[in-house]
Amino acid sequence: MFGNSVRGDWILLLVFSVVVLTLPITLAPIGAAYPDLLQKFAIFGLFAIGFNILFGLTGYLSFGHAAFLGVGSYASVWVFKLFTMDVLPAVMFSILIAGIFALVIGYVSLRRSGIYFSILTLAFAQMSYNLAYSVLTPLTNGETALQIRQLAPADRGPDYVLNLLDEDLRLVDQMFGVVEHGIPITNLFSLKMSGYPGFYFCAVLLIIGFFIAMRISRSNFGMMLRAIKSNQTRLNYTGINTRPYLLAAFVISGMYAGLAGASMAVTDPLAGAERMQWTASGEVVLMTILGGVGTLLGPVLGAAIIKYFENIFSSINTGILENLFSFLPSGLQEVFVVVVGMFVGSGWHLTLGLLFMIIVIFLPGGMMEGFARLFGLFRRNKNDPAAPAAASGEAATETSREQKTSGEG
Amino acid sequence: MDAIFLQFLNGLDKGGAYALIALGLTLAFGTLGIVNFAHGALFMLGAFCAVAFNKLINLDQVVLDPVLKTAWGTPIEIRTPYVETWFGDFGAFLINYSVPMSILLVIPFMLLVGVVMERGLIKHFYNRPHADQILVTFGLAIVLQEIVKHYFGANPIPQPAPDIVSGSANIGLWLGLGENVVYPWWRLVYFGFSAFVIFSVFAFLQFTTFGMVVRAGMRDRETVALMGINIERRFTIVFGLAAVVAGLAGAMYTPILPPDYHIGMDFLVLSFVVVVVGGMGSLGGAVAAGFLLGILQSFASMNEVKSLFPGIDQIIIYLVAVVILLVRPRGLLGRKGVMED
Repeated sequence: MFGNSVRGDWILLLVFSVVVLTLPITLAPIGAAYPDLLQKFAIFGLFAIGFNILFGLTGYLSFGHAAFLGVGSYASVWVFKLFTMDVLPAVMFSILIAGIFALVIGYVSLRRSGIYFSILTLAFAQMSYNLAYSVLTPLTNGETALQIRQLAPADRGPDYVLNLLDEDLRLVDQMFGVVEHGIPITNLFSLKMSGYPGFYFCAVLLIIGFFIAMRISRSNFGMMLRAIKSNQTRLNYTGINTRPYLLAAFVISGMYAGLAGASMAVTDPLAGAERMQWTASGEVVLMTILGGVGTLLGPVLGAAIIKYFENIFSSINTGILENLFSFLPSGLQEVFVVVVGMFVGSGWHLTLGLLFMIIVIFLPGGMMEGFARLFGLFRRNKNDPAAPAAASGEAATETSREQKTSGEG
Repeated sequence: MDAIFLQFLNGLDKGGAYALIALGLTLAFGTLGIVNFAHGALFMLGAFCAVAFNKLINLDQVVLDPVLKTAWGTPIEIRTPYVETWFGDFGAFLINYSVPMSILLVIPFMLLVGVVMERGLIKHFYNRPHADQILVTFGLAIVLQEIVKHYFGANPIPQPAPDIVSGSANIGLWLGLGENVVYPWWRLVYFGFSAFVIFSVFAFLQFTTFGMVVRAGMRDRETVALMGINIERRFTIVFGLAAVVAGLAGAMYTPILPPDYHIGMDFLVLSFVVVVVGGMGSLGGAVAAGFLLGILQSFASMNEVKSLFPGIDQIIIYLVAVVILLVRPRGLLGRKGVMED
C-alpha cells in the first residue's frame, strides 16, 4: 500500500498516529468513542503487534503469550502498591520483568520448533497460571486478584504485622508527601489516568510500539527473522546460528506483552490470574490472524475489530433482537430471535470461533490480504492483466506463500 | 506404603483418560498428519452424549397423587420415567445403567462426528502448515464448546454411576494391605474400561487386514496408495475411530468428574503434553506416557510431597514435559523422522 520506501514508512506512521489520536472523534458515529473501549483497542493492539513480531516474522506460533501479559500486570500493580502511583516506573518495571521472564521461557522453548514450540510455550503459560492460583498466592492474591488498597497506617508499632496484600506502602509517594483520600488513581506526573487521559496514554504507547515494530520489520534483524520463517534449515547450512535472533524476537514480543499488561494495570489497577489463561493467548493469536499475519497494520486492526464486536455483540440481548426483527411476522420473528440469539450475548464466543475458522480456511493472510486482493483486482483491470493479485500486497503475503511451499517440500 | 499404593491407584483412572485421549490424538496425527486441537472437544462431546442419554431416558410423566397432600395442601406429584412405565424393571435397570448404556449412543454419534469433521474440514488442511491446522481446529473446538454451552448451560452436570459400583472397593483386604486402602468402584471400572479400549484399538490395528493397511499407510502413504488401496478412506475411518475413543473416554468419565463445556480443553492441554512426552506419532508411547503422567500427578498431590515442594501437583506434568523435550526431544518412544523440523 505504502511501499517499502523510507518515505512511505514515515507517511504510514504519520497517518497511523493521526488515525489513532483522532479515534475519539472518528469512532463517535458507530458508538465506540468512549475511553474504556478505546483503551482496549490500544492495549490489545499493542499486545497483537508484539505477538506479530514473533509469529508474523519468524513463524513461531506461541500459545503462551498471555503469561507475559499477566506478569506485566502483576509487576506494575506491585509497583503501584509499594512505591508510587505514577505510571512511568510501573510501565518500565513491567517491561523489564516481562522481558526477563520471556528470556527464561524463550531460552528453553526455542530449543524446539514447530508444534513442539507451541506446546512448550503452552505448558509454561499453564504452569504460570496454575502457580499464580496456588503457591504464589502471597504474590498474586490468588482468585481475589491483586489490587490497590489503602495505605497502611503511618504510625506502625513494632508489633504491627504488615499485610501487603491488603495494605499498601507507596514509599516514594509518601516521601514526597502525597495525601491520599481513599483508594488513589494512577497518574502520570499527577495527571489522572482515568477517562480520556488514560486512553491517550495507551494511544501514545501504541504509536511508539508501532514505530518500533516498523523499524524492526524494516531492519536487517527483521529480514533475518523473515529468512528464518521461509527456510530455517537453509540459514543453518549457510552457517548462521538462528537461535539468538529467535530469542531476541521472543524477548521483544514478550516485552510488548508486558507493556500491554502494564497499560491494563494503568487503566484499571487490578491483576488477576485469568489474564494468563491459554484462552487469552488464543485471543491474541486470533487478533493477529484476523488482521493479517506478518503485516504491520493487521494486528492492530484485528485487535480493534475483535474488541469492538465483542463489545457490541455481548451487549445484545433478546429484547433488542425482538425489536430488531419486529418487522417480521411473529412466527418468523421468533425463529430469527432464537437463531441470531445463539450468536450474540453470551454466545459471542461462538461467533468468534466461527470467524476464526472462516478466516483460517478462506483468508489465511487475514484482512490485509483481503485488501491486497481487492487492490490487486482494480490494478489488474487497469494496466497489467497478468500481474498476480498478491504482487501489490505487503511482503507478508509473499512470505506466507513461501512458507506454504516449503511446508510441502 | 498404603498411601503410596493408594496414590498409585488414584493415578490409574486419570492416567486412563489421558491415555485414551492421547491415543486418539496420536492416531489422527500418525495417519493424517493433523495436529488436532479439537480433540478435547470430542472428549467433551462424548461426555455430553452421556448427559443427553441420561436426560432422554429420564424423561418422565407427572401424575398427581390422589390421596397424599403436601403441607400446603397441594397434591404430591409422582414422577415416573416413561421407560419405567413402558418396560417396568427393565426400564429401571436402564436408568440405573444410563452411563455405561450411553456407549451405545456414543459410538455411532462420535463415528459420524469424526467422519464428517474429517471430510468436511480436515481434508482441506493436509498440505497447509501445522500452524494453520492448530488454528482451525482450535476455532472448531471453540465452536463445539459454545454450542454445547448453549444447550446444556455452563454448570457441571453430575452423572450417577450404576448403584452396584457406586461405593468403594476394599482393595486393601484383597491384597492383604489392611483396611485403609479403599478405592471407588467406578474408578476401577474406568481403569478396566480404558485398558479394554486400548487393547481393542491395538488388536484392531495389529490383527486385522484393515489395521495392517492402516499401519502400512502410516509408514509410507504413497506406496500404499500406489498399490491401488484407497488409503484416504481408511484414514478417514481411523479418524472416526479416534473420535470414538475420545468420546468413550469422555462418556465413561462423567461419574468421576461432572462434565461442563470446557472439560475438553482442560484435558486437551494435558493430553498434548502427554503425546509430546510419549513421542509424536507413537501409539505405545502415548499410552505409556498417559498412565505415567497420571500416576506422577497423583503422587505429586500427596501431602508429604507437597510440603517438600509446594505447588508441585499443579505443574508436575508440564515440568516433566519440559524436561523430557529438552533431554529427549523425540519423546519417550518417538520414532526418527516424525515431526523433526
